[in-house]
Amino acid sequence: MSVLSPNRDGRHASARARARTAAGGARPGAPRAGRPSAWWGLPALLFFSLFAVLPMGLVIYLSLTDWGGLGSPQFIGFENWTRLAGDPVMHQAILLTLLLTAGSWAMQTPIAMLLGVWAAGRQRNRAVLSAIFFVPLLLSSAAIAIIWRALLDPNFGPLAQIGPMIGVPGLDILSSESGAFLVILFVSGWQFIPLHTLLYQGGARQIPESLYQAAEIDGAGRYRSFWHITLPQLRNTITTSSVLMIVGSLTYFDTVLIITGGGPGHATTIVPYLMYEAGFENYEYGYASAVACVLVAVATLASLLMVRFTGFGSMRSTREGM
Amino acid sequence: MIPHRAGAAGAFALLLFATTACGGSGGSGGSGGDGELTVMMYQDSLAVVQKDAAKRFNEDHDAKAVINEVPADGYEDKLRTVMGSGQSPDVFFNWGGGSIEPYVEQEMLLPLGATLQENPEMEEAFIPSILEAGKVNDTQYGIPLRGTQPVMLFYNEQVFEDAGAEPPESWDDLLDLIDTFKDEGVTPFALGGATPWTEQMWMQYLVDRKGGHSVFQRIQNGDPEGWRDPAVLDAAETVQDLVERGAFGDNFASVSYDEGAASALLSEGKAAMHLMGSWEYSTHLADAEEFAKGDLGYTTFPALPDGEGNPQAVVGNPTNFFSVTDDGETEAEVDFLKQTYSEAYVQDMVENGEVPTTTNSEEMIEKHAPNPDFATFQYEMVRDAPTFQLSWDQALPRSVAQPMVTEIEKLFNEQVTPEEFVDNVAALQ
Repeated sequence: MSVLSPNRDGRHASARARARTAAGGARPGAPRAGRPSAWWGLPALLFFSLFAVLPMGLVIYLSLTDWGGLGSPQFIGFENWTRLAGDPVMHQAILLTLLLTAGSWAMQTPIAMLLGVWAAGRQRNRAVLSAIFFVPLLLSSAAIAIIWRALLDPNFGPLAQIGPMIGVPGLDILSSESGAFLVILFVSGWQFIPLHTLLYQGGARQIPESLYQAAEIDGAGRYRSFWHITLPQLRNTITTSSVLMIVGSLTYFDTVLIITGGGPGHATTIVPYLMYEAGFENYEYGYASAVACVLVAVATLASLLMVRFTGFGSMRSTREGM
Repeated sequence: MIPHRAGAAGAFALLLFATTACGGSGGSGGSGGDGELTVMMYQDSLAVVQKDAAKRFNEDHDAKAVINEVPADGYEDKLRTVMGSGQSPDVFFNWGGGSIEPYVEQEMLLPLGATLQENPEMEEAFIPSILEAGKVNDTQYGIPLRGTQPVMLFYNEQVFEDAGAEPPESWDDLLDLIDTFKDEGVTPFALGGATPWTEQMWMQYLVDRKGGHSVFQRIQNGDPEGWRDPAVLDAAETVQDLVERGAFGDNFASVSYDEGAASALLSEGKAAMHLMGSWEYSTHLADAEEFAKGDLGYTTFPALPDGEGNPQAVVGNPTNFFSVTDDGETEAEVDFLKQTYSEAYVQDMVENGEVPTTTNSEEMIEKHAPNPDFATFQYEMVRDAPTFQLSWDQALPRSVAQPMVTEIEKLFNEQVTPEEFVDNVAALQ
């Protein structure tokens, strides 16, 4: 993750500096040899400032105002923030978002890992089945949500036929609070497990065959090989996949909008949906900005914690000493 | 580390992009002044009437009217963006009430009181209860431009015949019918609870029938204590009574109106009745033509026992309105508004299946309407209505409307008690 590029040519920096002096003479204040000058970072920095830092600053400012998109924002101090602190819908939304994030991780990780490790093997039909598992990843989120909405329709969807067959006539999942939430959890899993399967497949393919051969000689079965070789070797993949999953769940939105619209009541109103509702349904940009700030804080906190506790920042090769 | 932060921040950059676009100088309106009169119009199959009107207007006026059709989905968002950007259109389509209140507050709109005084024929041209709905804080800001869309009770005649039942004329009839159809295995009322603005229609009628037009008027005029009127609590209790009686079946909370599920329940005979806006006729005509022409019945919402409201009162969307943005030069705009009650315009509307809101249109409807019976029923219902309550979510400011609809949804789902409902909506501001 370092910005410093290694000395690819293997020469010592001083030797290179001498070479350059000989070629044309160093300008005063010229960058130290071996590293690209700070100017190289400028395009990225500009882009990041313009599209991330500046908007974030503006959102913080807007969160202190009352603005409906017309006229100029009225400064109202911390009114939005006190309202946010006392808003039961916001409290519930934070709880639901955390539940969704934790639930998604707990559901998707084991399934994706097992599928990925399986798909990394050389079994018969593996390629065909992997291709089929991969399909949800190719569909757009909106299409997936519309399909599931139709499948779960209690009167005209397959549910209306399947219900009586399994002895539950009037089977209707979306109208109960917990049912609607589980549907969101399930559909997000259905959509994203293929991506994580792909990550784990790649990770599992990287594990040297010799480790398994050595284990086999020592008498390890398939189960023990998985626990003692595959799992530790996938350490970095697990971290990558988890980071993607958690940040993705925190900003999950489109499926909720299409399948439940945050309902029934507020049963699936997660923080990003609440932000959308406040900003683009109710035209309360000030309040929506305050919600957005909370989301930034939660997402930043989550990624900081992950980096700290997974050792993502100091990620080491899993093949040291091999 | 940087990549995650950038990811999260990127999402907010997007949000901000959208918000700053509203305050910036972007937009697509294009104000007049160079002899061009821009008209922002909701895009659908009926907009042809306004396009024809612009053609007629351009023939004998120096100013040229240009109809700018904006897709229906997100119309209000786009309107707000151009209005906030200083690129506002000269004339624009709206729903009256809360949909234009923010612009009135910013003093962007031309009050039309003086115009009506100078042109008495304009005031006389429209049904009074409809024109009234074009007012904000007792000042006229909108002139009716479309047909009327009252909410009425649709029913499936075949299902009624099979059950040997008659459409309800009183509240007791309605309660009896719930049991009749439950015994038949038919859902008494189709209801799209996943799109809770359809549940709102029930509350609108129940409150209006119970306590009269003034109850919601008080709320609409900005007094949230108006929700504490006993009629509101009574209506909320009636809703839960209906839900418990099984009036809407078991799964209405996941039935969506937008996807046509609620309408299909009625046309396929799985439900007996459906409380819906008059556009429902066209919906059925498009999706189930045979049913629309043969078995689709319609009637008015019955009176409540001890109800103080007038049983002829109507709720729904009185019509849509044209409002004029006040940029100092509004003569041409006012001239353009006069198109909306010309004979050619009204005939054009009737031929396209709309029910006009102009007075003395009976003959026109009989002669030119594609379905004279339905059009006449609707016209008379609106003409004879003492009041026409604009849909609550259009009448109230947006910051209150959406949370209110969600509270109604919770009331129907029995996620709150009627008392909690009243407390929750009264707390909205």
